[in-house]
Amino acid sequence: MPKGSETNRVSDVRRVAELAHLELTPDEEERMSRDLSAILEYVAQLAELDTTHVAPMAQVAEVLAVSADAAPEKLSVLRDDLPRPCLPRANAMAAAPESDGVCFKVPKVIER
Amino acid sequence: MTPTKSLTATPPSIASLRQAIAGRATTATAVTEAALARIAEADPAIHAFLSVDATLARAQAAHVDQLAAAGAPLPPLAGVPFGIKDVLTLEGAPATAGSKILEGYHPPYTCTAVKKLADAGAVFLGKLNCDEFAMGSSNENSAYGPVHNPHDPGRVPGGSSGGSAAAVASGMVTATLGTDTGGSIRQPASFCGVVGVLPTYGRVSRYGLIAFASSLDRIGPFAANVRDAATVLGVIAGHDPMDATSSPLPVPDYTADLDKGVRGMKLGVPSEYFADGLDAEVRAAIESGIEKLRAAGAEIVPISLPHTRYAIPTYYVIATAEASSNLARFDGVRYGFRAPKSDTLAAMYRRTRDLGFGAEVKRRILLGTYVLSHGYYDAYYRKAQQVRRLLADDFLAAFRQVDAILTPTAPTPAFRLGEKSDDPVAMYLADIYTVTASLAGICGISVPCGQSRSGLPIGMQILGPHFGEAAVFRVAQAVETQR
Repeated sequence: MPKGSETNRVSDVRRVAELAHLELTPDEEERMSRDLSAILEYVAQLAELDTTHVAPMAQVAEVLAVSADAAPEKLSVLRDDLPRPCLPRANAMAAAPESDGVCFKVPKVIER
Repeated sequence: MTPTKSLTATPPSIASLRQAIAGRATTATAVTEAALARIAEADPAIHAFLSVDATLARAQAAHVDQLAAAGAPLPPLAGVPFGIKDVLTLEGAPATAGSKILEGYHPPYTCTAVKKLADAGAVFLGKLNCDEFAMGSSNENSAYGPVHNPHDPGRVPGGSSGGSAAAVASGMVTATLGTDTGGSIRQPASFCGVVGVLPTYGRVSRYGLIAFASSLDRIGPFAANVRDAATVLGVIAGHDPMDATSSPLPVPDYTADLDKGVRGMKLGVPSEYFADGLDAEVRAAIESGIEKLRAAGAEIVPISLPHTRYAIPTYYVIATAEASSNLARFDGVRYGFRAPKSDTLAAMYRRTRDLGFGAEVKRRILLGTYVLSHGYYDAYYRKAQQVRRLLADDFLAAFRQVDAILTPTAPTPAFRLGEKSDDPVAMYLADIYTVTASLAGICGISVPCGQSRSGLPIGMQILGPHFGEAAVFRVAQAVETQR
């Protein structure tokens, strides 16, 4: 996005907004394309680092496994898969904008 | 809490409340009424609370008073006035997360950390203002209006847990819970002159925390002093079956070593945190604090955390990517706001999210969606995850040399409302010293360490290794004592 033309940047924002189910006004599209360009320009400095042999870190527990202070065998144990009581349906559905008490109700589904 | 026109006040400590309530010198009810009176007096100028529930607070206080009257043993936080950041759930109370999209939402369950406070006898005065979905460094992104800094109402309290910091700094409550994803506890603690704790990732259950970035989000306490903060962390820490990332490691007594002092401790000072961009008064206050620790017997060790300058870009890729996924759930179907009169489901999603989310939340969803989208994933998201490991490795190497690391919490004291709100990158740089620990998963604290000539608080950040909270509290206590 940083190197593209003004038109490309706005169409990029429009494409991403659609993926994210966001409806933007023309003013918002312009503002967001400007802001995202500035942020991505700033993010581009990560390219300076050679990370060819660095494994991606998705979560902290991976790092703890090599930390001397922690017991690695205790950090990634799966719990037993047993049925347990859960939130009663009435409580779970009480905050829905529209429901019949059994199902959530939504406008008609077209296209997706 | 003496009646005063000043917006700042020191709330009663946990130990003093405990002694007074157990000794029948006062009652939890009287303490609660004083807190409610202070909120009524100070909060119109500060706007820390989004909701106050006097009925619940009075009922919790009455329960403590019954125990005290019966001579029963009092739980550790009996009668202590608390406030809860509005991204944490409490059954029966609103939880807006500072967003219009959750206006009127009453979650059907209680956050584990909040439940632990309740079980320990805490009294909840209400829910606290914050940046929308905890996204911000100034509290100006709250859909319900900003919080004002009690030290200067023309300035921000920091963010995103601005209400949690300001409520303690103004003496409305003794302690609060906040959340920290990239600095959202430590930076407002620094700006408001209170203590704020970032526990190790996994130390406190995240169950009931409305998620922003799940690999970074943490719950932690604010208090007016280090001992109170350590006491509260001891209550909320521990394993929870409802959060698979919560650690089974036993929870030590964090107050046990507080007064041991720093003699013989090795404390690292990373040169990268004292480079260009650090305000001169903040630098002077932190350097003076470091000299006092040296005088108290600590060995001060110059260290390097060489990847520090890449932390902000790394953070904003990872945090927004996770946010774009977490915030997909706000779609107007199961809870919260739904835009009226949409013809189709797709239109309803888009209208709901457009009307329900504020500008910064949209900005971050768009950025996160972009860095995860086809063709950009490797260049941005995978790259950031790789640099995240380099940043974590910097800390692992440093903690082989030192027991804790000393830095400024924020590059400047509290800035003015509106000063940075039009420039997202400038606002993100307010987190330049805090995002590193967030990415690495290590623990830390911000403790008051002086003030600027105009009287604004300055915080020192003390970072410790994974599950090294006890050492961090010990150093923080020494800073507090030397002040």
